[in-house]
Amino acid sequence: MKHTISILVENKFGVLARIAGLFSARGFNITSLAVGETEDPAVSRMTIVVKGDDKTLEQIKKQLNKLIDTIKVVDFKEGKFIDRELVLVKVPVFAENRKEVLEAIKTFEAKVANVGSKSISVEMAANQDGMIKALMELLRPFGLLEVVRTGRIAMSVEDMDLKSGGKPEVNE
Amino acid sequence: MKMTGAQILIESLKKEGVETIFGYPGGSVLPIFDKLYDSPIKFILTRHEQGAAHAADGYARATGKVGVCLATSGPGATNLVTGIATAYMDSVPMVAITGQVKSFLIGNDAFQEADITGITRPITKHNYLVEDVKDLARIIKEAFHIARTGRPGPVLIDFPVDVQMQETEFAYPEKVDLRGYNPTYEGHPGQIKRAAKAIEGAKRPILYVGGGAVISEASNEVRELASGNGIPVTMTLLGLGAFPMTDDLALGMLGMHGTGYANHAIMESDLIISVGARFDDRVTGKLDEFAPNAKIIHIDIDPSSVSKNVKVDIPIVGDARRVLKGLIKAVKKPDTGTWLKRIAELKEKFRLKYKDDDKIRPQYVIEEIWNATKGDAVICTEVGQNQMWAAQYYKFMKPRTILSSGGLGTMGYGFPAAIGAQIGCPKSAVFDIAGDGSIQMNIQELATAVINKLPIKIIILNNSCLGMVRQWQELFYKKRYSHTCFTGACPDFVKLAQAYGAVGIRVTKKDEVKSAIDKALNTDNVVVMDFHIEKEENVFPMVPAGEAINRMIGGMA
Repeated sequence: MKHTISILVENKFGVLARIAGLFSARGFNITSLAVGETEDPAVSRMTIVVKGDDKTLEQIKKQLNKLIDTIKVVDFKEGKFIDRELVLVKVPVFAENRKEVLEAIKTFEAKVANVGSKSISVEMAANQDGMIKALMELLRPFGLLEVVRTGRIAMSVEDMDLKSGGKPEVNE
Repeated sequence: MKMTGAQILIESLKKEGVETIFGYPGGSVLPIFDKLYDSPIKFILTRHEQGAAHAADGYARATGKVGVCLATSGPGATNLVTGIATAYMDSVPMVAITGQVKSFLIGNDAFQEADITGITRPITKHNYLVEDVKDLARIIKEAFHIARTGRPGPVLIDFPVDVQMQETEFAYPEKVDLRGYNPTYEGHPGQIKRAAKAIEGAKRPILYVGGGAVISEASNEVRELASGNGIPVTMTLLGLGAFPMTDDLALGMLGMHGTGYANHAIMESDLIISVGARFDDRVTGKLDEFAPNAKIIHIDIDPSSVSKNVKVDIPIVGDARRVLKGLIKAVKKPDTGTWLKRIAELKEKFRLKYKDDDKIRPQYVIEEIWNATKGDAVICTEVGQNQMWAAQYYKFMKPRTILSSGGLGTMGYGFPAAIGAQIGCPKSAVFDIAGDGSIQMNIQELATAVINKLPIKIIILNNSCLGMVRQWQELFYKKRYSHTCFTGACPDFVKLAQAYGAVGIRVTKKDEVKSAIDKALNTDNVVVMDFHIEKEENVFPMVPAGEAINRMIGGMA
């Protein structure tokens, strides 16, 4: 099963390696990983998407919690969070196909991020893997020069108390 | 007051109550060694960094204090690795300090450089690289706190040589502030109540006690819970000593080389009360068939140990001692009369036995050590047959009297651990029960033991082979003894002992065993006893790998 795990960590060097090590030591391939500072510059948030059996993931979550630099671990379940991923796609364009490409982009409500002399770059934020794959499939006939994805970020949609330092109280 | 990093390290160690450091010098720790030169801290110079790490570990296990070891960068640091991993697997509080090349050279493949924080990441509870001397005092404070609290473990501090020479104001912090680290000590009262109810209703309860009970100093509570409620006690290798082996309720060790009665008792039980143990594969055997009728109460300070291997009915996360105190108060005595009769039957039926003839049987040697010491000794072991015979035949009476590499199974652990133990407990009789294979893995530490006048008794159960591996080859690999026999290539251990200034005794006859042990106990020096035991003696009972633990080879009396 696919899990989206959100981890609040101390913003220190070596933390990423510790966390990645817990997955790699158990032979788990991380599907995506996104890291960034939070509202508190001393704290970073990592969003990790990983596939694996529930029992092993349960163990990994416990191990993640055990790390000294881990402040909080949340495994998002369906419906309790919003998530997004940004994808950039570079497609070759010529006079003949320009209109068709732009039409395709429009269908997906994607944006043109850059127009070059021989290519255009498209950006799209999506909450589903399927959307991104569909965009890629639609653009593939024109030739995909390059695809770059940020990996998924996720946030709980539950209300929270600002006074608690903005840290969400999500059921683990 | 302004101090250099090296000075701050020494002052901070003093603040932490460190009396002894085990280690080895080198280029990247010269500023620290210069400060050690006139420091009150005792420094034990081992002959190999691995010896220093195991000695710090043995010191920690024997005393309950944090063991400290120190080595230089690169090879010094990597030589500590086995010792750190050993301590990590057995939850031993340790702080390992390594020198590192100058900060600006890190990552440059500098002379004697190794990324030791990277290398030790999965085998330490936490580790640090000191980038700024201003962080040093806080890091040391945190390191000791992390090492000794919660589920203890080793913490490594990597300390670049230029930072050792930088100066800053020294102020040792009063408190640590780690928002991501808050071990749970108090068990959940509701869970304790549920556990008490389960015990009350149990017909065949059994206490399964591991190293966690020793670490949390819970042996009195284990005794109270067991004796007060008529519950038999089995122990893991590291749990031995938590409950006296001479007690009628004691079943000894369980698992692959556990006693037949312990294994059958746990398989027949209807309630397992696990205290600081982790249902390791050597304990459970085939998981699907383990204790099929038992409910499980699991008391452990580490939430990641709970429900890792077996499904737990009543988990209680907390300190073993505190949880047991609560449990003792809450529990009403179950009726275990019939169960205890069954236990007595099992104990008779599956009594440990060995061939009693005129040859030196290793089990006999261990029994004679018991007869000479009656549990009043620290027994270190190496790994393999020697370790299992010691666990089976020495009747451990007190916690912190068996020092053995249980999790990692490190050959070469016992002797340096004995050095640490003898320094931590100068009045105790300290033994290392070894094989002729294991002892050669850290034999160089004879020099350390002799120069420091540590009267350690080394028992070599010499069968001229790597006995445990040979046993597996005999039983499961058609007696194809591939590279396990030392015949003709074993050193003369008596001469070797003498070369180091220790006393060597060779024992080739059964009737010399007792007098040799007595002589060793009355010798104020390191004594190496070379017992020529029966080569083909095996450790029984034995559960073949992957079998249920009640299907043993050689279990019946």
